[in-house]
Amino acid sequence: MSTPQNQPTSGQKIRLRIMRFNPADPTSVPHLQTFQLEQTEGMTLFVALTEIREKLDPSLQFDFVCRAGICGSCGMMINGRPGLACRTLTKNVGPEITLAPLPVFELIGDLSVDTGKWMRAMSERLETWVHMKQAEVDIQRIEERMEPELAEELYLLDRCIECGCCVAGCGTARMREDFVGAVGINKIARFRLDPRDGRTDEDFYEVIGDDSGVFGCMSLLACHDVCPKDLPLQAQIAFIRRKMVKLGWK
Amino acid sequence: MKIVYTDVLVIGGGLAGLRMAIGAKRRGHDAIILSLVPAKRSHSKAAQGGMQASLGNVIKGQGDNEDVHFEDTVRGSDWGADQEVVRMFVNTAPKAVRELAAWGVPWSRIRRGDREVVINGQKVTITERDSAHGTVAQRDFGGTKKWRTCYVADGTGHAMLNAVADRAIAESIPVHERTEALALIHDGSRCYGAVVRDLITGKLTAYLAKATAIATGGAGRIYRVTTNAVICEGMGHAIALETGVAALGNMEAVQFHPTGIFPAGILVTEGCRGDGGLLKDADGHRFMPDYEPEKKELASRDVVSRRMEEHIKKGKGVKSRFGEHLWLDITLLGEHHIKHNLREVYEICHYFLGTDPTKDLIAVRPAQHYTMGGVRTNPTGESPTLKGLFAAGEAACWDMHGFNRLGGNSVAETVVAGMIVGEYIADFCDRPGNDASIPTGLVRDFVAREQSRLDRILLGSGTEDASAIRAQMQEIMTEKVGIFRTGKDLKQAVDELQKLLVRSRRIGLRSRAPGANPELVTAYRLRPMLKLALCVAYGALTRTESRGAHFREDFPRRDDAAWLKRTLATWKNETDTLPTLGYEALDVKRMELPPGWRGYGAKDYTHHPDTAARQAEVEAKKKATADRFELQRTLMPYEQLLPETLRGRNERIDDRFPPAPPAEAKEAREPDFVWESE
Repeated sequence: MSTPQNQPTSGQKIRLRIMRFNPADPTSVPHLQTFQLEQTEGMTLFVALTEIREKLDPSLQFDFVCRAGICGSCGMMINGRPGLACRTLTKNVGPEITLAPLPVFELIGDLSVDTGKWMRAMSERLETWVHMKQAEVDIQRIEERMEPELAEELYLLDRCIECGCCVAGCGTARMREDFVGAVGINKIARFRLDPRDGRTDEDFYEVIGDDSGVFGCMSLLACHDVCPKDLPLQAQIAFIRRKMVKLGWK
Repeated sequence: MKIVYTDVLVIGGGLAGLRMAIGAKRRGHDAIILSLVPAKRSHSKAAQGGMQASLGNVIKGQGDNEDVHFEDTVRGSDWGADQEVVRMFVNTAPKAVRELAAWGVPWSRIRRGDREVVINGQKVTITERDSAHGTVAQRDFGGTKKWRTCYVADGTGHAMLNAVADRAIAESIPVHERTEALALIHDGSRCYGAVVRDLITGKLTAYLAKATAIATGGAGRIYRVTTNAVICEGMGHAIALETGVAALGNMEAVQFHPTGIFPAGILVTEGCRGDGGLLKDADGHRFMPDYEPEKKELASRDVVSRRMEEHIKKGKGVKSRFGEHLWLDITLLGEHHIKHNLREVYEICHYFLGTDPTKDLIAVRPAQHYTMGGVRTNPTGESPTLKGLFAAGEAACWDMHGFNRLGGNSVAETVVAGMIVGEYIADFCDRPGNDASIPTGLVRDFVAREQSRLDRILLGSGTEDASAIRAQMQEIMTEKVGIFRTGKDLKQAVDELQKLLVRSRRIGLRSRAPGANPELVTAYRLRPMLKLALCVAYGALTRTESRGAHFREDFPRRDDAAWLKRTLATWKNETDTLPTLGYEALDVKRMELPPGWRGYGAKDYTHHPDTAARQAEVEAKKKATADRFELQRTLMPYEQLLPETLRGRNERIDDRFPPAPPAEAKEAREPDFVWESE
């Protein structure tokens, strides 16, 4: 993240312009509301938004869970760019900060969006679980072996936290509702790599071999730039597309 | 009135809840999971360093087995644990790792041959066996005799939760996200489900079930400084307590993790020390060997946290504008190790502290971390006092952690308890006598009561500010019910919390916006949280001894003669301002491991009158029996407590089973996954 030249220092005022809208309230209209806070050392957007809710406006809606950058709850548009609010230091994005909810996802209110519903639908559609080759494993016996490098490679793709930043930054997702996004394509890459999963490329082609899947990607690749976990999305999308093209031409 | 019916209602979408639901569903019972947040955002996600299971694959884990894991866990608990439950747990943990391996968890694996590790501050070369190549690896953790902690880099909980949540999706188990159980529906002896609030619309629904299971994790947010996620407010504990019938066990047993990042309290894993990281003071001196020559940085968490605070009190803390802290040094582990095996720690330091842990020291100080106390259950996970109510994981007290849990035993407990209790819930639902005949009037009354409670806050004329009272509660808990406790502080804490509880009856809101209304949420959670805080503070005041994480400066000895018993807290009347405390004695005569020295920490304690006789009995049996399984059976038979499908031994590299008979061709479990050929 680029650092502004005039970083706010402790004690200095910062201004947060926050997109407000409560769909449950018929009188509510979308608007930007400005809150002023005092910059403190180590202040994150989690600290700032909590302070606003406790002291200035208790109705402000937002989502935090772990507040440590590992659960993916707090994705939002921070100065126009999708990111995790909990680990964004206000001094790096201030003193004027504009916050808006992630686009594409259903709005719950203010900065809170329903990423869970979207992710569950994606998981059901792509069947994002290991399709075990045999029905039962004998769990009393020593586990099946795996090369240590492969385990690490799998973990690298498994580090996705389903925060939705890649979807919010995606050109295709803005145009077609059914696009699976980089998060979905990465999941396919993860299970395709997993020797415990019995699915073949033909099986994967069935779920992502069209314009709502890997062929919908326009290669703008903002997903890759905004992923808070630095997942290798560019490489995985290209790789899966190549594999799927090969099948499509058969 | 909206009503949803199901066989099993699971409250909480973390690892324990998901695994219970999967178990029940696989036995043919419909399950619905309620979760405050999408399941994969649950706090199980935050488990970093690993899960204990005595696989004994790595060379430094050779010789590990259930017996060693059992002893480590009981010593860790300072003899507060139920030893039968610990046995059930240690025998199931290896099975849980292997089940998860089959479900797709990318466990870190062993590479054969030499590798360099850091032990006690020194670089050492160890050699992994050929026969272990590709099996699940283990790392060192605090309070363990062997390297036993299975891990996925330092994102163990994350990877486990991905696999188990995805498995629940594969088994078509609905998760009702952004819902919160406000009250259990019960008639004083039978639980029928819960009144549930939709956190998007604010509407109430009654969920009715044969079996209701609480798996809502910990209550760390009653403290100001905690590693816990913001959702860990103990609401599952609280709704059980508010029945007046179900009891909470050992709520005064609260764990403080040695390495919370200072001052934010974000956790950095015990794996840092397990992998060789050191604790240092303001002078750069490694102080833990001065206090704990045996285990040093890797004594149990309660001991290390106390030693750190003791060292700060001696003036050896590092001063900063937020107060004092100590240093965690992992620079000696090297950049490659940190960036591969401690990746999340690297990210946390980078983003929150703006530092690079491959070069810089990490500012740490102990922070509230784990709630050992929970809904008191039998070894089957069922409440002994409220039929049809189950609990598992951090929200439960069945009770495998006693007064201090070992690192890596918590995330292990979530899945192990999920496996065991899931089976017992299915058994419960199978028994014809347990069909619930639903008293609809009772259901209506409960929903009406909850609605009127909300309306009173929403429409009433109260003037108290919930956020302010909550902040005061958190401050009292952190300052007066922390690592070092005294009768004077605890008495003050109890008095002040009682006053806050009375004030909490007059909360007023500033915002009456329809829908989710976050201010209303803070307001209605306040009173239950204060009740939990009182269970902790009052339990701590009453327990005049020191055991595990509960340390009384005015009663520093462990007193087995008077206090080898479990605290049971109930809340009898809504007008009460204190819980009613009762006690349940632990039976030394049935213990496989009678009370003694833990192997670290204080060496002086008051014996229980039965200890010497039981110790002699155990010694005699050890001499008479060579086979470890037979010896275990004679000392404390427990296998009958496990579901039949989870009994049996665990294979190890040094204890191979005879080859399996050729597998019969079985249909895969995914019946809905048949591709038509084109």
